[in-house]
Amino acid sequence: MKSTGVTRRPAKVLMIASAGGHWQQLMLLRDAVEGQDAQYATTLPGLAEQWQIEGAHLIPDCNRNSWLAVLHSTAMIMLMLLRVRPAVIVTTGALPGFLALVLGRKLGAKTVWIDSVANAEEMSLAGLKAKKYADLWLSQWPNVAQASGAEFAGSVL
Amino acid sequence: MIFATVGTQLPFPRLVNALDAIAERHDLKIFVQTADPHCAAQHLAHVPHLTPDEFERRASTATLLIGHAGIGTVLTAKKFSKPLIVYPRRFAFGEHRNDHQVATARTLDETVGIYVAWDDVALQELVTKGSLSGPFAESSPSRAALVTRLKAFIEAVA
Repeated sequence: MKSTGVTRRPAKVLMIASAGGHWQQLMLLRDAVEGQDAQYATTLPGLAEQWQIEGAHLIPDCNRNSWLAVLHSTAMIMLMLLRVRPAVIVTTGALPGFLALVLGRKLGAKTVWIDSVANAEEMSLAGLKAKKYADLWLSQWPNVAQASGAEFAGSVL
Repeated sequence: MIFATVGTQLPFPRLVNALDAIAERHDLKIFVQTADPHCAAQHLAHVPHLTPDEFERRASTATLLIGHAGIGTVLTAKKFSKPLIVYPRRFAFGEHRNDHQVATARTLDETVGIYVAWDDVALQELVTKGSLSGPFAESSPSRAALVTRLKAFIEAVA
């Protein structure tokens, strides 16, 4: 704990999500990084700009059907993490976000997994795997949180 | 114009074919983003993919949105307060890797402005009804709670 009265330095936060619903959910959580040194990463060119975010990192998308794509994503995410050196990584998924958590944690970052609100009945596969690497592990459904042991703290809906 | 989207990842021929038949039968103008470069629908305007800008423009100017039960689609409908008909992908038809869209659709069925079409008959009824109201765009207390939790976690690290 730092002494009171001292202005806190903003934390370097990496907000990362795949294009589509994952990204939209991340955008609904932007208020949480107000005042922090936040950087963004996603998988589709032009998407971040549409949300008035300049200088976002572009990473290749991947899913578990192609190990070559996973390897490629892993390498590019690693390079980005070494450049950014975030203190906190927040992701709403999917696989690229999971890879960022795993690699980022090894580099000493605190990590947050927010399982997609699309998973109303059970935690996603990536979410289950993320448990081990997440300092804060959230589901957006109370019943899923209870069944999986994750924390429920609200949802973007 | 009615705007239908199947998301960016997988084609959804069952939905596209149903819309093609409805458009022909009722002489409706429907624009569909299909995620399918080989889509051969005759009575729809369709493209495989849209840029994010173009997607927003289509969604914001549409009279009605139709989509799979993907959260991106739901959040788009909320953002622009557009009525949304969802037609969930089903595992049994090989349309997704599990039945999470059916689960999502079940919970969405209770939401104002979102209408679930469980089959083609329901889809046709909803599409031709012409008086569906949209969801509210206002921020929810549930989202505020999640933001607060996340903010506290980040501030504890800083």
